[in-house]
Amino acid sequence: MKTEAITLISFGYFEKGLLSQIEKDVSAEFSVAVYTRNGHLDLTEFYDPGRNQYDANRLLKKIGELSTTGASKTLGLFNVDLFIPILTYIYGQAFLNGCCGIASVFRLKNERYGLKRNDKVFVDRFRKEVIHELGHMFGLIHCTNPVCVMRSSTYVEDIDQKSHHFCPNCRAGLQYGTE
Amino acid sequence: MAKKISILIVDDEASVRDSLYNWFIEDGYLVKCAQDAKEALTILESESFDIILADIKMPGMDGLEMLKRIKALKQDAIVIMMTAFATVDTAVQALKDGAFDYITKPFDPDDLSHLIRNAGKQIMLAEENEVLKNKVVLLENVEDIIGQSEAIRSVLQQVESVAQSNASVIITGESGTGKELVARAIHSNSPRKFFPMVSVHCGALSESLLESELFGHEKGAFTGAVYNRKGRFEMADNGTIFLDEIATISTKMQVELLRVLETKKFVRVGGHKEISSDFRVICATNRDLKTMVEEGLFREDLYYRLNVVNIDVPPLRERLEDIPLLVDYFIRKYCTSMNRPLMSVEPAALKKLEEFPFPGNIRELENMIERAIVVGNGKKITVKDLPLGKTIASPGFESLSDLEKNHITQILAKYNWNISSSAKALQVDRVTLYNKIKKYDLKQPK
Repeated sequence: MKTEAITLISFGYFEKGLLSQIEKDVSAEFSVAVYTRNGHLDLTEFYDPGRNQYDANRLLKKIGELSTTGASKTLGLFNVDLFIPILTYIYGQAFLNGCCGIASVFRLKNERYGLKRNDKVFVDRFRKEVIHELGHMFGLIHCTNPVCVMRSSTYVEDIDQKSHHFCPNCRAGLQYGTE
Repeated sequence: MAKKISILIVDDEASVRDSLYNWFIEDGYLVKCAQDAKEALTILESESFDIILADIKMPGMDGLEMLKRIKALKQDAIVIMMTAFATVDTAVQALKDGAFDYITKPFDPDDLSHLIRNAGKQIMLAEENEVLKNKVVLLENVEDIIGQSEAIRSVLQQVESVAQSNASVIITGESGTGKELVARAIHSNSPRKFFPMVSVHCGALSESLLESELFGHEKGAFTGAVYNRKGRFEMADNGTIFLDEIATISTKMQVELLRVLETKKFVRVGGHKEISSDFRVICATNRDLKTMVEEGLFREDLYYRLNVVNIDVPPLRERLEDIPLLVDYFIRKYCTSMNRPLMSVEPAALKKLEEFPFPGNIRELENMIERAIVVGNGKKITVKDLPLGKTIASPGFESLSDLEKNHITQILAKYNWNISSSAKALQVDRVTLYNKIKKYDLKQPK
């Protein structure tokens, strides 16, 4: 029996219905219990004025500290622009086979690229990013299958190319805790 | 499964190391980190990495100095330099010192992925290059074995697999198929290649001559032995002895040969001193040795001693697709040796060649092409330049009368010596057939 549970903690404003939709999709993909709750953090301490972005490494550590007992996997959801020192931006990151991760919607919206708002596309991208980061937390590395959700994505167009499902190989590689 | 690429990250900033570590781990690479150049060089003394990703600006030894030291240790190491303080000068210097590439922090995720993928390709190409180089070395001296057919590729594969061992090899195949070339290829690709391959044509020598040839002789051993002479086994010390037409050796020689193969020791004809020689034996025959063993014509123990590996060289008629390549090869060979411009082959002539049975195999084809170059117009080999009406070699029959005698005997046997039916089949009249029977002294079996 799987002992895992996933907790999604949102920080900042997310549109009504978005998180419940994501919760449903994640639950369907991982077949484990998923809980969603709001979190409160003063994000200014993670802000880097030099880059005008938020330090994803420090946020990741913070999520680790906030992980609730009983929830073996905790993913922090943000709507700020994330960076790590070596990269100009990231959509999210997680510890491989670890207990915490983060994902941001900041760069997933069409409007950011001067395109017409498309909520359907946005939700689709977000669910893929959340499932992708959780995949890392369940022990998966990047996959070369073009439609697998674990395929590495640099641009939103890359995210659009893949599905929100695991390929058979990745699905078989998901490392659940059992009792 | 493809080999996992290993990456060593060298950066004094823990956050950079951690970020890169996580990024590469998620991509499935094997990753290790060092916090400065000194630690990196210590790690590199005991471990090797496919890619080294190093910061330029580090306390103590900087990245450029470390790059030089890594390159001194391993010339082909792939080192990617990174820095947050990019200047053209440092970039140029890094590349001059042998860096694979140069990247400015922070970099676009796509740039990093591209860079690592390119480095991965470089590693793959270098490894492929190494494998191909080894293959080239392994298959040296096989350029005379021309062909792309499945049959000849299978022979070359067997050559490759048997060359490194010390096993005895019997090469079977019809006359003119290139058995000696195969033997030479085995020798040239074996650890014995720096020592001689000594060939003995057993069929061309009488028993006593063969004995003297193989074992050598002492001065005065027989009339004409005016000085000591090394035998072929002695000459083949550390190398290979190639015994062609092994099926023709006498029973006495078979016994002698078996003893030498078992002990690798022998005595020269007329001598007393035992001589040792470390040789590998490769034999060739166009006969079916197994049948000869069954018929008691060849010693079974010698057969099994020799036949550790059997390579069967296919006749030309079983590798027709190689004919154009062989024709091209022989044209080049003979046009060059005759100082003539390269000739081509008329398509109709090539087609005729491909339809010809070639009982004399490649040797016959080679002779045919040589003749066509001599008699041809110097530009194109045409059908009329090729003696396709008659076969040059016909195994088993030396002369036309031998062929005629054999054919008449076969026809008479087929028609149970009924003269009328046999004459009709042979398309001659009965008188002619009677004359031939008389001429060849043919007698009806009782």
